[in-house]
Amino acid sequence: MSAALRTGLIWGTIGVFLSLVGMVEAFAARQVIVGVVSLGHLLLLIISLGSGVRAARQVAAGERAPGAVLLRGLVAGMVTGAVGAAFIAVGPAINLRAMFISATPELFALLSFGRGIAGIPLVLGAGAAAGVLGAAATLLPAVIARPLAVGVTTALTFGLFQELLQIILQEGTIRTAIKRLLFTDDGLPPRGALIVFVVAGVLSALLRGRRGGVRAWAASRPPRQRRVLSAGALVLGVALVLVLPVVGGLFIAQVLVLVGLYVLMGLGLNLEVGFAGLLDLGFVAFFAIGAYTVGLLTSTGEHAIADLSFWAAVPIAVVASLIAGFLFGLPILRIRGDYLAIATLGFGEIIRLLFLSDALRPWFGGSQGVLGIPKPELFGFEFSGPQQLYYLTLIASAFVAFVAARLRDSRLGRAWMALREDEDVAEAMGINLVNVKLLAYGIGGAMAGMGGAIFAVMLGSIFPHSFSLIISVNVLALIIVGGMGSLPGVVVGSLFLVGLPELLREFSDFRFLIYGAVLVIMMQFRPEGLWPSAAQQRELHEERADIAVAPVAEAVPGEAQAEGGGS
Amino acid sequence: MPILTSRKLTKRFGGLVAISGLDLDVEERAIHSIIGPNGAGKTTFFNCVTGFYRAEEGTIAFQEQPLDGLTPDRITQMGIARTYQNIRLFADMTCLENILVGMHPHLRSSWLGAIARTPGMRREEVAAHEEARRLLRFVDLRGKGDYLAKNLPYGEQRRLEIARALASRPTLLLLDEPTAGMNPRESLDTMAFIRRLRDELNITILLIEHNMRVVMGISERITVLDFGEKIAEGTADQVRSDPRVIEAYLGTQRGVAELGA
Repeated sequence: MSAALRTGLIWGTIGVFLSLVGMVEAFAARQVIVGVVSLGHLLLLIISLGSGVRAARQVAAGERAPGAVLLRGLVAGMVTGAVGAAFIAVGPAINLRAMFISATPELFALLSFGRGIAGIPLVLGAGAAAGVLGAAATLLPAVIARPLAVGVTTALTFGLFQELLQIILQEGTIRTAIKRLLFTDDGLPPRGALIVFVVAGVLSALLRGRRGGVRAWAASRPPRQRRVLSAGALVLGVALVLVLPVVGGLFIAQVLVLVGLYVLMGLGLNLEVGFAGLLDLGFVAFFAIGAYTVGLLTSTGEHAIADLSFWAAVPIAVVASLIAGFLFGLPILRIRGDYLAIATLGFGEIIRLLFLSDALRPWFGGSQGVLGIPKPELFGFEFSGPQQLYYLTLIASAFVAFVAARLRDSRLGRAWMALREDEDVAEAMGINLVNVKLLAYGIGGAMAGMGGAIFAVMLGSIFPHSFSLIISVNVLALIIVGGMGSLPGVVVGSLFLVGLPELLREFSDFRFLIYGAVLVIMMQFRPEGLWPSAAQQRELHEERADIAVAPVAEAVPGEAQAEGGGS
Repeated sequence: MPILTSRKLTKRFGGLVAISGLDLDVEERAIHSIIGPNGAGKTTFFNCVTGFYRAEEGTIAFQEQPLDGLTPDRITQMGIARTYQNIRLFADMTCLENILVGMHPHLRSSWLGAIARTPGMRREEVAAHEEARRLLRFVDLRGKGDYLAKNLPYGEQRRLEIARALASRPTLLLLDEPTAGMNPRESLDTMAFIRRLRDELNITILLIEHNMRVVMGISERITVLDFGEKIAEGTADQVRSDPRVIEAYLGTQRGVAELGA
């Protein structure tokens, strides 16, 4: 029971903390279900629910009597509510605003449901109810719990992204009909939420158990049919990716281009950190070099040095960042581990300060940047806006991912892996450390340089302040979240850490708080990342080694046969 | 004609002299052991040969080429491979990948070739995988190519490390305590295996070993080090009866018993 008390205290404190830093109040502006619940209240609700779930999970499997579980949920939820209540009671009396500018009367009004001190019983009751609900959810059998969870999550997602969905559903008779059914001008009303909840829940219940069935059915087809099926799935996926910016509209396209640029950088950094194990905190330098090269070569403004087309400038930008990678690698060849992080950090800052410096202003424009970069054109087709640039980014990302995959499976890729595992032994295996390290920095840098090139034409002008340390940190965070050394992980990480905050503007103010929390939680529960590489999965889940080993055992007879044929 | 010669080799760590004025010749196609008490400078000598350490004085030559100042990767490319006292495999790579890394020096494909996946690169990769599988079979690890190196049992890890060393096609193989931690039966197997390396692959073997049964049973020549100096050299019988060797091995009953004197 003391565990439930402690859980309640911890979750309650989290709630108070999020309120104090202003997250609750900022989120309250967004209605998830119009007139029913705002994102701010939803956040508090999730905290109380989480408290109940957590407390319920602490009950040992053997003694999971429903009464005991619910009681723990109740206690934890109530304590969570009590922490909130205490905050409401004490908070307004002492002036917290010297430190926490978000501790406004509006915040306390929000927390106490607009009733001030009189709202305390309500807060306690809500906490207790949510705690019991959370605990009760853990008691439900999966057959019921899953559709419920899917229904609720889908409804909330629809509410959260209602603006976006409304834009997508703007045209076409069927689409507008769906829009009118679900949404009002303000957002997702209760009726729409209920429809989404029911539809998603029912679909989930129907599909439950079928997903495995579909897989099994596909696997049982003869190889030729199976190939057709997987080709069909691929075509469908590609088609979806291709129409995304057209259906999604300008804003979605804009976000996707940004995601694509981070994918390009992520693939490059993944090659350095994920493949070769060379930490790099100054990675944005290559992005900047790519951007400035294209900017200077194609600009029609005052800093123009050549009147090249975008297509002629891109290869030059890529080669320039490749060479920059080589040069960058030279002084840090002998540096390892923590020291490498500091040294690379310095490099990123040096490049940014060079572009910013007054001494070099005649060439790089200093803080005024380089202006008048024209949009690329191909056979009369102008990549004028995000919807067009999306395809450019897509092609570039696909090409770069292809290169990364090929390199990973080559002699050089193996040398990088060996370098990551044990630098001394790698050298004793006859691997020239100088070559492979410089290639990692060079090729990784070239990939970021390509991203920078597209970035330059996307904005039409470039400024040194676009290339701050934060970009390097973002890229590193996204490959950690996606999964070190994993190529799909880069895409997943970019969507998650770059795409989502763009879609949810409220979140972007708290981006780093969320980054930090997500990273801590990830390291605790899913250290291999969202979409880990095969190797990472093997490393971190040894208890599942038998799974990894099983197909090998099957492969042995095949190998023996091959041997028999050879000898 | 010695394949490896060291002359007046001295290696210091601060005030400590790890190796002092060592002259050592390893004959071609020999099985040559270095023995001595702990801290005698045996592994230090290996590290000097493979380029991990740079000796303060003296020279080492391999096939009459001086090794002084060369980096470890260059020395490996010349035909010297080694294993480690405490196994140092690439733990999170598969057995096959470990061996493929070992083959690095005689693979030629460039990174541009790898991106374009040229026919030459593909042929080379296929051949390399075949050779790696052959090496796995040679060390009795058939079918374990996709296992992670760290998931192998101890004895198999030792053999994989030798396979990885063989992958660089060495003419001289340095084995640092190949039977450490093995039971008598496994040690016997390892002895037989080391002989096969020499007889079938024509590789000169230089090994450090503490297990006297192995040393005496396998070595054609034994060098005894103590405090970085060579105190005796010769066949097993010569070394066994050398009074300085007996003294170096503490002069205790155990030391005498170990040497079988």
